[in-house]
Amino acid sequence: MTAANGRTGTVAAVLHVLRAGLLTTVQDRGRPGHAHLGVPRSGALDAPALALANRLVGNPPHAAGLETTVTGCAVRASRPVVAAVTGAACAVRVDGRPVAWGAPVRVPQGSVLEVGAAARGLRSYLAVAGGVAVAPVLGSRSTDLLSGLGPPPVADGSDLPVGAPIGPSAAADPQPYGAAGPRPGGELVLPLTPGPRDDWFTAGALTLLRTAYWTVSPASNRIGLRTLGPALTRVHDAELPSEGMVLGAVQVPPDGRPVVFLADHPTTGGYPVIGVVPEASLPAAAQSPPGTRIRFVPLRASRVS
Amino acid sequence: MRVRVLPAGASGVLVETADGAAAAALHAELVRRRGEGSLPQVTEIVPAARTVLVTGLADPRAFAAALARWEVPPVEPGRGEAVELPVRFDGPDLAEVAERWGMPPAQVADVVTATPFRVAFCGFAPGFGYLTGLPERLHVPRRATPRTAVPAGSVGLAGPYAGVYPRASPGGWQLVATTDALLWDPAREPAALLVPGADVRFTVAT
Repeated sequence: MTAANGRTGTVAAVLHVLRAGLLTTVQDRGRPGHAHLGVPRSGALDAPALALANRLVGNPPHAAGLETTVTGCAVRASRPVVAAVTGAACAVRVDGRPVAWGAPVRVPQGSVLEVGAAARGLRSYLAVAGGVAVAPVLGSRSTDLLSGLGPPPVADGSDLPVGAPIGPSAAADPQPYGAAGPRPGGELVLPLTPGPRDDWFTAGALTLLRTAYWTVSPASNRIGLRTLGPALTRVHDAELPSEGMVLGAVQVPPDGRPVVFLADHPTTGGYPVIGVVPEASLPAAAQSPPGTRIRFVPLRASRVS
Repeated sequence: MRVRVLPAGASGVLVETADGAAAAALHAELVRRRGEGSLPQVTEIVPAARTVLVTGLADPRAFAAALARWEVPPVEPGRGEAVELPVRFDGPDLAEVAERWGMPPAQVADVVTATPFRVAFCGFAPGFGYLTGLPERLHVPRRATPRTAVPAGSVGLAGPYAGVYPRASPGGWQLVATTDALLWDPAREPAALLVPGADVRFTVAT
């Protein structure tokens, strides 16, 4: 078994981190299924982008890659590796020479692969054939910034093991792909299914949710997309006993500004959730820079009973 | 069973029950049905104070309809084997808790070790269990000012719950005791010593 298959296997190469950037973490599909133990699901925020990067280098979909934030990263390969960069559009260089974004790239032994600053979006994904082979925790190699599970964030000077490649790269099979997130200056549109606690909010708040605009707050992170804008007011100030939280939940803390829960969100919470953004819309949320205008589009309420 | 089934996204439901005991019973029944293979495919079953969240359902509406017809037996505490947690009653808030309980500090240990606890749910941190079992007259409020650092293994009380910090973290619970037990170990299966539904007994460490 190779590392990419979820077991400890051969280390085929090492990526030496020359520049970790603002925040670079190891991410895969996360560790869903452990929420009842208080374990967040974690995983790549733009999961389709990591899945594409893995396909491009011939990895299985559960292989781990690197998720960069805004400023990219730079690594030196100890052995020749095949790599691909997807997600936020950025310049990709090998030893300073421009190479393709969104395509498999051969990185010779000792060469430096540079993921440039995000030109559109926030988070780029670097996959290498064989996958980043750090030790898994509860079946996942993801760094979970809320609970501290998984490897620590990537640091300057650290070495990341790479597993043995297991499949042919998809060089001859380019994937049609549109990067997630609004165009620069564009608007983030987030559909939302109402509930479970929409009845905790005033009619005025529910109207605001349909008609008002928010913007992405600079305080956003892997735990949640925080917003700036009008406050959503509650019907009453009762305390909500802790209840389970889902990915994409739009939780409204006492300040009234909605927070959209992303991969590292807490498993339970005590603030009411006015609605839930479908998983398919979360990559766009995770790729929207601070200041991006947000519009929520509540879908028709579908009471389950 | 009398429940309110609330939507939680396209593939999840939040089932609200009458009280904590009913949520515990529903959680136990969900886990039992999953074990025997009669539950549809789910991703998560997350119990909480008076709800159970079920996610990853292909057809939440059908699940909600089926749930309304379930007979859910109450959980009987003390039926299973209890997890024993040896503790030292040396917490910094022991005197304050004793005062609120109207007894000398030495008697707090007698009350806590005589109480059958149950893990109602986990949250806050991996492996942090919210333990129910204390009668209402023994519920104490959180500290007015949370501590910035609570050591791993600290046993605290807050509201209807007791809990053990799996690792050092900030915290506002009233600390009465300490344990050397390893609450969280990712190499163990399950990683959490205290899983929802488990019976728990505190004993005096020797």
